[in-house]
Amino acid sequence: MPELSYREAVRDALSQAMRNDEDVFIMGEDIAEMGGSMGVTQGMLEEFGPDRVRNTPISEMAIVGSGIGAAMQGMRPVVEVMYEDFLTISMEQIVNQAAKHRYMSGGQLKVPLTIRTQGGAGWSPGAQHAQQVEAWFVGVPGLKVVFASTPSDVRGLLWSAIYDDNPVIFFEHRTLYGLKEEVPEEIEPIPIGQARVHREGEDVTVVATGRLVHEALAAAEDAEQQGVSVEVVDPRTLQPLDEDAIVASVKRTNRCVVAHEAVTRMGFGAEVAAVVQHQAFDWLDAPVERVGAKFTPLPFAPVMEDYVVPHSKDVLEAIMATVGRDGGS
Amino acid sequence: MAKVEQRRGVSDEALREFFREMLLIRRFEEKVEERFRAGELPGFLHVAIGQEAVAVGVCRALADGDVIASTHRAHGHTLAKGTHPNELMAELYGKLEGCSHGYGGSMHLYDVERGNLGANAVVGGGLPAIVGAALAFKFRGEPRVAVAFFGDGATNIGTFHESLNLAQLWGVPAVFVCEDNHWAESTPESQHSPIRDLSKRAEAFGMKSMKVDGQDVEEVNKVALRALKHARDGKGPVFLLCETQRLVGHYIGDPQVYRDKDELHRLQETADPIELLREKLGLSDAEYEALEREVQDLVDASVDFAKAGTDPKPEDALKNVYA
Repeated sequence: MPELSYREAVRDALSQAMRNDEDVFIMGEDIAEMGGSMGVTQGMLEEFGPDRVRNTPISEMAIVGSGIGAAMQGMRPVVEVMYEDFLTISMEQIVNQAAKHRYMSGGQLKVPLTIRTQGGAGWSPGAQHAQQVEAWFVGVPGLKVVFASTPSDVRGLLWSAIYDDNPVIFFEHRTLYGLKEEVPEEIEPIPIGQARVHREGEDVTVVATGRLVHEALAAAEDAEQQGVSVEVVDPRTLQPLDEDAIVASVKRTNRCVVAHEAVTRMGFGAEVAAVVQHQAFDWLDAPVERVGAKFTPLPFAPVMEDYVVPHSKDVLEAIMATVGRDGGS
Repeated sequence: MAKVEQRRGVSDEALREFFREMLLIRRFEEKVEERFRAGELPGFLHVAIGQEAVAVGVCRALADGDVIASTHRAHGHTLAKGTHPNELMAELYGKLEGCSHGYGGSMHLYDVERGNLGANAVVGGGLPAIVGAALAFKFRGEPRVAVAFFGDGATNIGTFHESLNLAQLWGVPAVFVCEDNHWAESTPESQHSPIRDLSKRAEAFGMKSMKVDGQDVEEVNKVALRALKHARDGKGPVFLLCETQRLVGHYIGDPQVYRDKDELHRLQETADPIELLREKLGLSDAEYEALEREVQDLVDASVDFAKAGTDPKPEDALKNVYA
């Protein structure tokens, strides 16, 4: 099995789709000669040419909106919004147009558009280049939302996103681009809406997304040292959500922690907590603990940024809180 | 009839057909107003009275396969693009037989089979997708054109500028039809635009622009044909500025407190595109009345069709969210 970085895995899914299918093309800011601000599309211009690897002006509304128009004509565009902070600029096109054309037309239209974007703290870009805004999109009917945390997941899920007939907001995490993992020889599409259990455990379930999957896995190792067995589940797609996998895990462990880098308040974890309390109430031995960023914009100074966003120690504290409360180990 | 003799390009027969269609839109809109005031139509409605010549002149210039995106003032475009009045009226009544099957309403009229990619309730919201549709046509080497309708008010929103810039940059086959009726809802052009000639905005992107009297359907049709040919021939997009008049309020029930009543009456007397064409064609009373009866029958039948239509089940609301 080949080993790919998360960055190479994204590029591989894009390239293979474009080799197989003339309807797939990519566009975005600085994606051609420069290969994207994160280097994801490096080398693709040479292979596919400037028509299918299209540099765009700095025009997020038109980038997303023209992707919508091409998608409605049956193409499968993948547009890149350089930072998820800039999704705010294209919000109208995403929320009012992409998400609703099918519905408002009474089912006449499909919008098979993938919107790739990335974000995440850990390198002090300040308040406008590292937010995690995935939760905003989970509340918009008509959109699917993916947030992959490993190379094999990002490759298989991007393939599925491209071939999904709905608009998909596809979140990548900046700090994961260098992460390596063995991936299948051939792309194995990962169904949208299927969680991945990264680590089985008996005492606590941690439902984590993005970078926090890796923080949770580290916390689970630490907890193990203290005699607490932790299961780590990555939903991978936030909409639709694999509620069955999450609930089944919690029914085994009787405790749940939700963890993401975005702010805790109104975060994706709140929805997971609601699902768990409603569907596994009688199985819970402790309140669901939430881990996320403190309720501030992202600060610049590294010491402040580090303080605001969650790390494995925060996940570990939450894990121990759930076992502490029922008098467990 | 010196005017008739001077005409070039649009046959007398075609002009009569344009007249019939414009009259259909007018009577349809009047019926919509009547039924809305009678409390039969939910939501709120914007009628295109006064702007019929733009819809008909442009849509009659389109080829099969061309697509449009419309605006909140969409009934005229929708009828002119070929949707039957029955399907349009049924949509306004919220019936499954409607052109958006009851999911859209007046501001979200779709008829994809006939190339109507949707009316848009967000000013300027449909423009970027027209660039994308045109890009798809260019990719595939199809001789099709994508057309966006929008008003003067939309030339102030970001999507307008981003879309025109991108369309010109990539040379896609799109035509941007600006229905300049000089009002952005209640705000006059003098309060929303620092320039009077909006084609300068397109010219700033290097885009070819054309201007036409939007109350003269023959002129609109001729100029639209030129614009479409330019785009279809691969010469790039065109901005088509149609000088038109909204002879009614922004929405049904709009008291138009912001509008000079004498000026409005003057426009209703002098700038009604249907009256202007009737005069140009020199229609006899008998010919006019025959057309009047024909379109009125269609409109009346559309109300009967709509009222007899099928109400969606409440739980149908859960369908069509995802493909």
